[in-house]
Amino acid sequence: MTENSGPHGGHDHSHNDFQPDIKEPTENWEFLEIALRELLVDKGVLSAREIQDEIEAWEKKSPEKGAEIVAKAWVDEEFKVRLLEDANQTIREFGIEVEVLKMVALENTPELHHVVVCTLCSCYPRPILGVPPLWYKSKQYRSRVIREPRAVLQEFGTKLSDDTEIRVVDSTADCRYLVIPTRPVGTEKMTETELAKLITRDSMIGTAQARDPIGKRS
Amino acid sequence: MKNRLISDIGGLPEGPLDLSEHEPTMTERRIDAMMMLLRAKPRSFWASDENRRTIESLEPETYKKAEYYEKWVLAMKELLIEKAILTEAEIESKLKEVRSRMEPS
Repeated sequence: MTENSGPHGGHDHSHNDFQPDIKEPTENWEFLEIALRELLVDKGVLSAREIQDEIEAWEKKSPEKGAEIVAKAWVDEEFKVRLLEDANQTIREFGIEVEVLKMVALENTPELHHVVVCTLCSCYPRPILGVPPLWYKSKQYRSRVIREPRAVLQEFGTKLSDDTEIRVVDSTADCRYLVIPTRPVGTEKMTETELAKLITRDSMIGTAQARDPIGKRS
Repeated sequence: MKNRLISDIGGLPEGPLDLSEHEPTMTERRIDAMMMLLRAKPRSFWASDENRRTIESLEPETYKKAEYYEKWVLAMKELLIEKAILTEAEIESKLKEVRSRMEPS
């Protein structure tokens, strides 16, 4: 009545369009998380500090680590050979210690293209790529990519030549894969750091190619 | 194909992919963190294939409907009971307390 009386005036506009920064738990399983955490902390099985540290450590694991490894494999043939022979040993040079899992690197070429899935659940090379994207865990991807990989790749905007063989590899609780995407043409003069920027998460899962040097995917 | 496990969906017909990215909530991050801590050294209470076995043994209806980390926290509860780290009774009683504390009355 006194000041702005339009729909956006005063303090009476709705905040419903905004999500709260921290969503209050409403679901059974969200309450269960709180209950289990409090019990584990009370009993001294875990500490609250450790949980926080683990969350921070997770946020630091990102596909950038994988991109550094692949960029080195692109410029250093001897490194690539070692990576293909024994990935666990070779990624130690990047400070990644993987003890329980077997890590396997697979090289994509114009003749042979690898795509990674976990049909039974969501096994993923977390030490190198961080947490898996939602689609990787979806029933659509898990069901379809082994039967119709070309159609699935097309949904990612990835079109391969009909002559290219596609090999889909299924991850397990014990074995995880890293794809070395094909190095794009026209990148001969680029530095390792510049090359790493062309190597996307999806290109290391095999659902995309590395970016070409002008930014679009080839 | 008969006698497939509920999780054994490779090759089945399905619809188009949803390629949108997802920013995990704090609840999801904490479930992930606890799971990793409980199964990693030095605790090694269980191995990652035991996670999978527990998730696969959820009721088929739950498996189909549940969100991703919902399955994880349900599996974590089962494993904590199975490994005698927590009891079902103390979890139920804690859950009641948490609910009465946090739910608006």
